[in-house]
Amino acid sequence: MSGRVVTITSGKGGVGKTTATANIGAALASNGWKVVCIDADIGLRNLDVVMGLENRIVYDLVDVIEGRCRLRQAMIRDKRLPELYLIPAAQTRDKSAVSPSDMIRLCDDLRPEFDWVLIDSPAGIERGFRNAVAPADVVLVITNPEVSAVRDADRIIGLVEAEEKGPAKLVINRIKPSMVKRGEMLTMEDVTELLAIELIGLIPDDENIITGTNRGTPIVLDGKSKAGQAFGNIARRLSGEEVPFLKLDDEGGFFGRLSRLFRSEGRQNG
Amino acid sequence: MLQSNLDLQMETTVQIKGIREGLLITLGEGDWEEVQRSLFEQLDQQAEFLRGARLALDVGSRVLKAVEMSRLRSDIQDRQLTLWALMSESPVTIQTAQTLGLATRITKPRPELTVARPETNLQGGEPAILVRRTLRSGYSIEYPGHVILIGDVNPGAEVTASGDIIIWGRARGMLHAGAEGKQDAVVYALDLSPTQLRIAGKISVIPARRGKSQPEMARLQDGQVVVESWDPKKKR
Repeated sequence: MSGRVVTITSGKGGVGKTTATANIGAALASNGWKVVCIDADIGLRNLDVVMGLENRIVYDLVDVIEGRCRLRQAMIRDKRLPELYLIPAAQTRDKSAVSPSDMIRLCDDLRPEFDWVLIDSPAGIERGFRNAVAPADVVLVITNPEVSAVRDADRIIGLVEAEEKGPAKLVINRIKPSMVKRGEMLTMEDVTELLAIELIGLIPDDENIITGTNRGTPIVLDGKSKAGQAFGNIARRLSGEEVPFLKLDDEGGFFGRLSRLFRSEGRQNG
Repeated sequence: MLQSNLDLQMETTVQIKGIREGLLITLGEGDWEEVQRSLFEQLDQQAEFLRGARLALDVGSRVLKAVEMSRLRSDIQDRQLTLWALMSESPVTIQTAQTLGLATRITKPRPELTVARPETNLQGGEPAILVRRTLRSGYSIEYPGHVILIGDVNPGAEVTASGDIIIWGRARGMLHAGAEGKQDAVVYALDLSPTQLRIAGKISVIPARRGKSQPEMARLQDGQVVVESWDPKKKR
């Protein structure tokens, strides 16, 4: 079976693309899939740091594309998950070192060997974004419940449609249930009503994300974290499972309505 | 056209064509060294014009060794050009090219996103355009006539019409009706909450509405933008 290429993008920077890539990748791999994550943020790489593989880099994406090494040589195996690989970005080059057709060719080479190819897109709508989206079968757009992030997500969704890669799927990251409850944050309805694409993940804000990122351990491997569970659910939804959305707030309110909306059954504890 | 292409190929062994991804160079039959020499001659002749270009090379059925290919690439690089793709009918050559990290086919060009323009107007009617899609941030429509849009206009999107604007959906971006000064231009929307609303030369911001949305229309009254709910009985 040929692998699926999933590109994770956002438009705005700092909304959690890299964290999402690392965690969804780890979740898919721990479910027994063979996964490779590609860091397409050339010149500003950090997926390697988040995955804790920085010190193992020998060759990178640009080396592969320019023929200085074989594809295999640039793939770094994860420390914990034997089925998870990383192709790091080059740090000393910039986005113009890679073209969209380079990325399509690279992914065509990876498809027969892997079940999932995850691409961590750089922020912005320029060359780097087009590189990351060109080979995609599925595009995940990450946003935060903030007006500026949603605006950029909308722009990106439009561009993904123009590239005939749509409709993208939406991940809302860093939801603070307490703020939503007080009416101080955009609600999920606000966001999905505007963006009008399928929702595939709701990630609560979680301090463990920061510690996990700093330590290079994807939080999804920590069964206790809510954000980790939420990333795990995205991985399961990607592979076709119907998973109810996590109940992020135990007092009804917006998330209560939400879970009713999606006929949540297996409620997680509050 | 086909005929003239053929003639050209007979005459020259090197054919250069502009494509969406840069330049496509087709190399004809003949001794490899000879063909290469004539390729570089052509490239050098137009060095000024070609500088920085991305080249895709079609070498036909020729079998190229990795050494030859990488020398070709570095020769091209010396001329401040980039070889990104090498196409061939020979599987051996294709494989060699792939090992070197070259693309071996050119992606088909995608049609650019265009808004269909009507060719004819209804008799007795006025020029208008019907757009059946949601305008996301960054997209805009400008039309010298009326604009009818079925879908939403999201924040960051713009609709400009010299006539009226009708949005069958949520209007949240920037709307400009009567853009060429038509004072009696009207904006209609199922949910009228634009970032900014302009009618003719008047710019206004509509205060956020609380409660359920309803079809509304906006027009100029004594030089002010006035918004009222759409009333089927009232004649405008």
